[in-house]
Amino acid sequence: MKNKAVLKKKLTPYGYLLPTIILMLILLVIPIVMVIGYSLFDNVIANKNPVFVGLENYKTVLTDKEFWTAVSHTLFFVIVSIIVHMIIGMTFALILNTRYLGSKTKGIFRVIYALPWMFTASVIAILWRMMLDPNGVLNYFILLFHISEEKITFLASRDIALQSVTLINIWSGYPFYMISILAGLQGISPDLYEACSLDGANTIQSFFGITIPQLKPILISLLMLDFVWTLQQFALIWMTTGGGPVNATETISTWIYKQGFTKYQYSMASTGAVLLLIVCSIIGVFYVRHQRSEE
Amino acid sequence: MKARNLMKHGVLTAALAAMAIGACASADDVTLEFQQWWGVELPDGALQEIVDGFTEETGVKIDLLSNPYADTKTQISAGAATGTMADVVGLDGAWVYDFAKQGAIANLTELMTADGYDDSQLSDQIKWEGNTYMIPVVNFAYPLYVNLDILEEAGVSEIPTTWTEFLEACDAIASNTDKAAYAIPLNTEAPNGIQNQFSTWLWASGGSLMTDGKPALTDNESLVAVIDLFKQMKDNGYLSDGAEAMKEQDMVNEFENGRLAFMVDGISHLTTIKTESPDLNFTYAPMPVQDGYEGESGMDVANWGIGIAENCEHKEEAMKFVEYMMSPEVNAKLAELANAFPGNSTAEPDYSANDELFLTAYEIFQSGYAINEFTGAPTAEDLMRSMNEQLILYFDGDTESVDDMLAATQEAWEAAYN
Repeated sequence: MKNKAVLKKKLTPYGYLLPTIILMLILLVIPIVMVIGYSLFDNVIANKNPVFVGLENYKTVLTDKEFWTAVSHTLFFVIVSIIVHMIIGMTFALILNTRYLGSKTKGIFRVIYALPWMFTASVIAILWRMMLDPNGVLNYFILLFHISEEKITFLASRDIALQSVTLINIWSGYPFYMISILAGLQGISPDLYEACSLDGANTIQSFFGITIPQLKPILISLLMLDFVWTLQQFALIWMTTGGGPVNATETISTWIYKQGFTKYQYSMASTGAVLLLIVCSIIGVFYVRHQRSEE
Repeated sequence: MKARNLMKHGVLTAALAAMAIGACASADDVTLEFQQWWGVELPDGALQEIVDGFTEETGVKIDLLSNPYADTKTQISAGAATGTMADVVGLDGAWVYDFAKQGAIANLTELMTADGYDDSQLSDQIKWEGNTYMIPVVNFAYPLYVNLDILEEAGVSEIPTTWTEFLEACDAIASNTDKAAYAIPLNTEAPNGIQNQFSTWLWASGGSLMTDGKPALTDNESLVAVIDLFKQMKDNGYLSDGAEAMKEQDMVNEFENGRLAFMVDGISHLTTIKTESPDLNFTYAPMPVQDGYEGESGMDVANWGIGIAENCEHKEEAMKFVEYMMSPEVNAKLAELANAFPGNSTAEPDYSANDELFLTAYEIFQSGYAINEFTGAPTAEDLMRSMNEQLILYFDGDTESVDDMLAATQEAWEAAYN
């Protein structure tokens, strides 16, 4: 009787966790295991009798020139995006946190600055495709102010398409930084700045001596989360350039999509996805460890 | 013991009753899912009205899953991969090879034979390994759209009929107006510009991309001539800017806004263009042909095809639905509504309510023959994409000669066929 009660007490928490565990199993664990399994066969789905090939697909993918081009584009896209996200997010957050602006003005700018975050990827893609079109508003001003004598084909030129897509991603992603940093800034005690000022520190010194150290946990979390999110960015690139012209904006996510949905090479797509999963998991581990150390 | 026996009998009776009900299940209990993009492109409620007619006839309910073309393709591909495809699916000829090879779509030859269906009335059937997997329900022709106001502004009095005349018209447009002469959408997301705006020039002059169903791109004089034609257009600035990122819809927008003199596009866009740009002065014309060519012209066609999922549990009813969609009356009605040509050769659509321009397109279509070599080709979209990429590399000067460009494309295509 006593044992039963002890067992019940022990099992009760797991009962509460069960719905979540089942959901995670169905939505997370099973798909991941299946994709890992797919990556070990010659070609699944399209081939009714796939043959186990071990790590052969990994060898093929890792020696594929196109895959490495996609990796280098992804690194450019991710690194530039997160650095500029941080700079713009920090700048706008500082502007919105300043005591020199009235609350109404701050309110208006908060809405304006946060606006890109409200749009879905498809809306952003359409909006920017129209603006960057050779007959779009941006080229109108470029010609009007003689910035260039010819129209600039932002998304159609192999030389600047990747930079253009990165620009769109920067625009769509900085508000997350801005809002998070703003929340962090509002949590810093004014006493610290007052003490700093009494010690004779100027604005730059107090920024690096007070603001940055106080925001450090938030900034590190933001960087890690943004790294993972940007690494997986697909919709924006696919809907603007489709990875082209040629392969000028090909990233790992568009490479995986093409392998799966246009070449029907689901095993290769799974292999690419597993490699991406490994990178994201490494960042994820660092993120969790960082969060734990903060606690 | 008695209670246990009673329970056993009860369970047995219930199971038998359930089986009996199952055996007696009529067509009224069957609901077929029909996934397609047609509902979005037809007038509101038109497709629902058509499928309701089938429910009235047979009692089989049709659940329409209508989404735009690109979404439909992704959903059907995902369904094919997971075995959860809708019972009846709208298909593009370019997808057939891959879905048939995967075993995701059913063999319609077997289903037609089992049902005693006379397939001689079908104008076309898309096959894989000798069996039909898709039936084109309606066909859309891709004629040349011509903006007559731009031609007038440029001082071009006649619509060009040969490549030389076309290039002269392009030159006049470039010299006398600020408009573009022609557009080719080469965005890699949807590389069908290679099919509709590029290959259509080849087919119109009797050329071909294949020999005996296999890629024949190298040593293909007609194809070399078409690439040269496009290279001239590109180098002389006749093409719309930003072709490499342009999608078909962007091209249509350029034409609607009066910034494009010529475009090759499906007549399915006729209603949209007429509605959105009522003042646009345009007409249809046959594709200009290579100088000296006097044979029949092939006209690019795209189709709304229909197929049945292999995982469909009611294939018999699904086949009845396909037959209903292909029946002369229903097929004619669908063709009228879609501004298309019927897939049933005995259907007689009444186009009197359709736009006058549609009849012009119909005449052009009837003067030649329908062709689309990407229909039924393996990984058709990827074939287009590889040619798309090679064409851009050649335009940009990264590939030295047409022969090199075609050799690289041939290599990529052969890999898909092997």
